Amino acid sequence: MRTIGELLVPLLVLAAALCAAARGADVYEVMAAGAKKGLLTLWGMLPSLLVIFPAIRLMRASGLPELLSGLLRPVFTLLGVPEETGLLMLLRPLSGSAALAAAAELMRIHGPDSLIGRTAAVMLGSSETSFYVVAVYFAAAKVRNSRRVLPAALFADLVCFLSSAWICRLLWG
Amino acid sequence: MSFAIFSIYLLSLASAFLLGNTAAAGAAVLEGAADALRFAMELAGALCLWSAVTELLESGGAADALARFLRVPLRALFPRGFCDQDTRAALTENLSANLLGLGNAATPAGIRAAKGLSRLAAEKELHLLVVVNTASIQLLPTTAASVRASLGSAAPFDITGAVWVSSALSLLAGIAAIRLLDGGKA
Repeated sequence: MRTIGELLVPLLVLAAALCAAARGADVYEVMAAGAKKGLLTLWGMLPSLLVIFPAIRLMRASGLPELLSGLLRPVFTLLGVPEETGLLMLLRPLSGSAALAAAAELMRIHGPDSLIGRTAAVMLGSSETSFYVVAVYFAAAKVRNSRRVLPAALFADLVCFLSSAWICRLLWG
Repeated sequence: MSFAIFSIYLLSLASAFLLGNTAAAGAAVLEGAADALRFAMELAGALCLWSAVTELLESGGAADALARFLRVPLRALFPRGFCDQDTRAALTENLSANLLGLGNAATPAGIRAAKGLSRLAAEKELHLLVVVNTASIQLLPTTAASVRASLGSAAPFDITGAVWVSSALSLLAGIAAIRLLDGGKA
């Protein structure tokens, strides 16, 4: 079981390649096309990362997080959520690249295998950019009533953040 | 988003003044810009590999296989959309693209499904579709794992189980909340 875990990535690549080959696809060409799509996705995200990273760095250096976490600590402790993830939770529904930048910063500072790093990764991996999704769908399908959809989506995000924090503390705390 | 960035700058400048961290804060902005590029470069490798694997799964018919598994939950969640052939196809495509983590393919299919549902005047199902799309149902957390890998994690995917539980709870909470706000079933 441990060996499988260690070889997870190459095994997944091999399994996907076999699936595609069984359907008669040119594995190399398909993978190259997929990698190109990945590059294009990153290329699309890069401008917002360039705007958001300096802002997040500025905030860290200014001492604001320490100031705020002193105020927020009682609430976060009560909820069982690491107070360092506050900014990530605030940005997650607003912007995918901002959340990515905030989560990456937490993982860099505390280490990707630390409790805070893992909590940030799980929060990032189990939620979506709710405001953006609601805006896109409502613009496209001409729905007027977002008063019920947005609260439901944000409630789901809240449940996601709380459960991420709790599960991580249970598994790696 | 502009408002969020404005607030971050103003609050940071104010607290840099108050706490005497002006030198560090002044240097941080340019460092952050250089860091954004470095981060993107380090992330590129893992992100592109997963993008390639997803492309393989897609050409290997993974979406069709998922579509078969999705029949039961789709009929339960979208009874009226399920009866309309075009809407059902769009819903299936939207959900299986989301499961595979193909955001770019999921959105156009989702919008076709949304238009279908509003044509059927199934307002509650339309609301449910949007809520399901604001939750993450991706099977492999490839982006989060790629970030972890780029920062030297020992096992970038060991968060997968935690992500599943958290996604499932959040999805259930979203469905329950919109059902409650919209008043009962269908």
